[in-house]
Amino acid sequence: MNLRTIASSTYAAIVAASVTASLAASGVASAQNARDQISIVGSSTVYPFATVVAERFGQTTEFKTPKIESTGSGGGMKLFCNGVGVGHPDVTNSSRRIKQSEYDNCQANGVTEIIEVLIGYDGIAIANSSSGDQLSLTLAEVFLALGKNVPNPDGSEALIENPYTRWNEINADLPDAAIEVLGPPPTSGTRDAFAELALEGGCNTFDWIAALAKSDKDNYKEICHTMREDGAYIEAGENDNLIVQKLEANPDALGIFGFSFLDQNSDIVQASMIDDVEPSFESISDGSYPVSRPLYFYVKKAHIGVIPGIAEYLEEFTSEAAWGEEGYLADKGMIPLNDDERHTAADDVAALKPMSPLN
Amino acid sequence: MNQESQQPSSRGSATELVRAGLKRRYAREKRFRLYGLTAIFGSLAFLAVLIISITVRGLPAFQQTFIQLDVTLDAGTLGLTDNPDNAALLKANYNGVIKKALLASFPDVKKRNDKKALYKLMSKGAQYDLQRKLIADPELIGQSKTYWLPAGDDANGYMKGIVDTTLPEKKRRFKDNQIAWVETLKSEKRIAQRFNKTFFERGDSREPEMAGIRGALFGSILTLFVTLMLSFPVAVAAAIYLEEFAPKNKWTDLIEVNINNLAAVPSIVFGLLGLAVFINFFHLPRSAPLVGGLVLSLMTLPTIIISSRAALKSVPPSIRDAALGLGASRLQVVFHHVLPLALPGILTGTIIGMAQALGETAPLLMIGMVAFIVDVPTSLTDPATVLPVQIFQWADLPEKGFVERTSAAIMVLLAFLIAMNAFAVMLRRKFERKW
Repeated sequence: MNLRTIASSTYAAIVAASVTASLAASGVASAQNARDQISIVGSSTVYPFATVVAERFGQTTEFKTPKIESTGSGGGMKLFCNGVGVGHPDVTNSSRRIKQSEYDNCQANGVTEIIEVLIGYDGIAIANSSSGDQLSLTLAEVFLALGKNVPNPDGSEALIENPYTRWNEINADLPDAAIEVLGPPPTSGTRDAFAELALEGGCNTFDWIAALAKSDKDNYKEICHTMREDGAYIEAGENDNLIVQKLEANPDALGIFGFSFLDQNSDIVQASMIDDVEPSFESISDGSYPVSRPLYFYVKKAHIGVIPGIAEYLEEFTSEAAWGEEGYLADKGMIPLNDDERHTAADDVAALKPMSPLN
Repeated sequence: MNQESQQPSSRGSATELVRAGLKRRYAREKRFRLYGLTAIFGSLAFLAVLIISITVRGLPAFQQTFIQLDVTLDAGTLGLTDNPDNAALLKANYNGVIKKALLASFPDVKKRNDKKALYKLMSKGAQYDLQRKLIADPELIGQSKTYWLPAGDDANGYMKGIVDTTLPEKKRRFKDNQIAWVETLKSEKRIAQRFNKTFFERGDSREPEMAGIRGALFGSILTLFVTLMLSFPVAVAAAIYLEEFAPKNKWTDLIEVNINNLAAVPSIVFGLLGLAVFINFFHLPRSAPLVGGLVLSLMTLPTIIISSRAALKSVPPSIRDAALGLGASRLQVVFHHVLPLALPGILTGTIIGMAQALGETAPLLMIGMVAFIVDVPTSLTDPATVLPVQIFQWADLPEKGFVERTSAAIMVLLAFLIAMNAFAVMLRRKFERKW
């Protein structure tokens, strides 16, 4: 090939590109009109469970495997509530219940009938390396160790900047080790849930702070949801695997991560007891372990029958083989609902009963 | 030293002066060379550590543990009637026949918990292997045959020596009885490590044993194809116009400044732009390589334009003058003489841009390409993901098998990159001109 032909083919390519570009803009616009694949968005906490169901659904039926985007609960709700039609997702996963504002947004955009499915629970574990001793903490101690501003230890109703640097300063029974906790950054849903369940739980053990929840809600949230920034709490990134690896390297540190990671790494890390309860399938399922949150998904009823396979996907997800106590989701670390809850939920889903408006 | 050029009067003192500083100057040069060498060896060492650690971690992923089982595909256990249709074959109880085969191999296992532990030796994907075999050949129903089926994540980890057997049993996922079974299988030569074909033949999966890189690899290829097809010609045309034809005025200055600025814009911004324009306005499908390619070409355009202009600028003016002098038109000058000479430089710029596009995840997040996609994409509008996204997703999953697969995926990405660069180097060699 000589240089001249190269140059003239470049010239031809330029012409071809402008044709391609205009084709891309116009011709493919119609490709969206038919979608034969379920589109799912939402929480990164539900993602590892929803993907298992989706994969199995794709393998065992003639439908295509659903596509699952991990957008976070809030981002998923936004996409989900944007409207009805093939351009919008059919299902959104969420690691919390839909908010009033999101529900209103959905209604305003014509997404009127939403099927809500509570699928199970996810625990958040506080754990350290197996080579260290197992800790037993109370929620109050967790808050005192991690809150930015904590009640003055002299007992007065005043806040001071967190003075604790060692565990035994909080409670003499705890080990004489520096407070060093690795956890997710503020962008993570796990962090939100941890603040809401663990820190707030600890907060509420101080009556005068708990009283604030009614009188001065903003201040209450500020106190209970702000984590210390003086180095005792270390933001270790969204990746729970990384936190587990760091714990292995540093036996004095504690880490905060999802229960499924604890389940998979039981040889490297051990969970601390919270309020005398160790996180396990049983204790999370019956609610005795305090740091656990519900997992949901929401389905657009208007899409059922339009996008092929949604009803069958729901059926797969709510089958005993999937979300039952011995199901494959439990194998992946999801805590199942109890039998009654599961049966009612499965019946509601089979009847495609839309959720009633939130109060 | 050139003695003739020295002034006789200052000769003595100047030589003295130079001599006094000479040692210092040599030392300075030596030091500088040393810095340079340290920098080079330092970065080489980092690179070596990176590549070695990735290879050491990733290599086990190319091996997968398989267990030999005598499976009877009897219609009763499978739950199949006579002449089953495709849907029934898809849904049949393959797990049931695998469990039966396992129990037949270990008839002593009676307790419920032990049975559950025994079943965990096999991968959840083993049933799909059987399913595919049966659908390919429904004649197999009722026949007994020996199959090599993939082992589960924990058994696989044990065979590769990842499980720490010195820990007390309570703290291990892989229990003593499971170890005993694997050892029995080992002595019977019914468990073996084989080349992991699945990794190259299949798309993503939530079971590490079944997860493959093919989906992401094809996604990357399709996306980069769109990027190259759009950005290369457009960027070269823009560079030629700006360099060879455009008048120098305020407008072209403004365009130039903007192009330079665009090259420095964070890539996520292009993702937002792509979401607004291609998906929300043009209604192109989400998660499609077509949209990914469009977004990434927006991102690579400035890079290619800038390097193409530099390459065009470096062609000596005498070439243009000579061509013009011989009566060539300006278009002929550019396409017959300047462009061929600038092509090696343009190709270098293109490959840098493409390499950047290959490693990009942030803009793809906005357009839905960060997703769990099992089916391997075959067209530009099929949902797809790309290699770096796949790496990111696997790094985030709890199962241990994904740790080695993450590194293996990085190796595939690096191999892709090296192949791309090698191709560019080859092209450049071919067209390079020296004067």
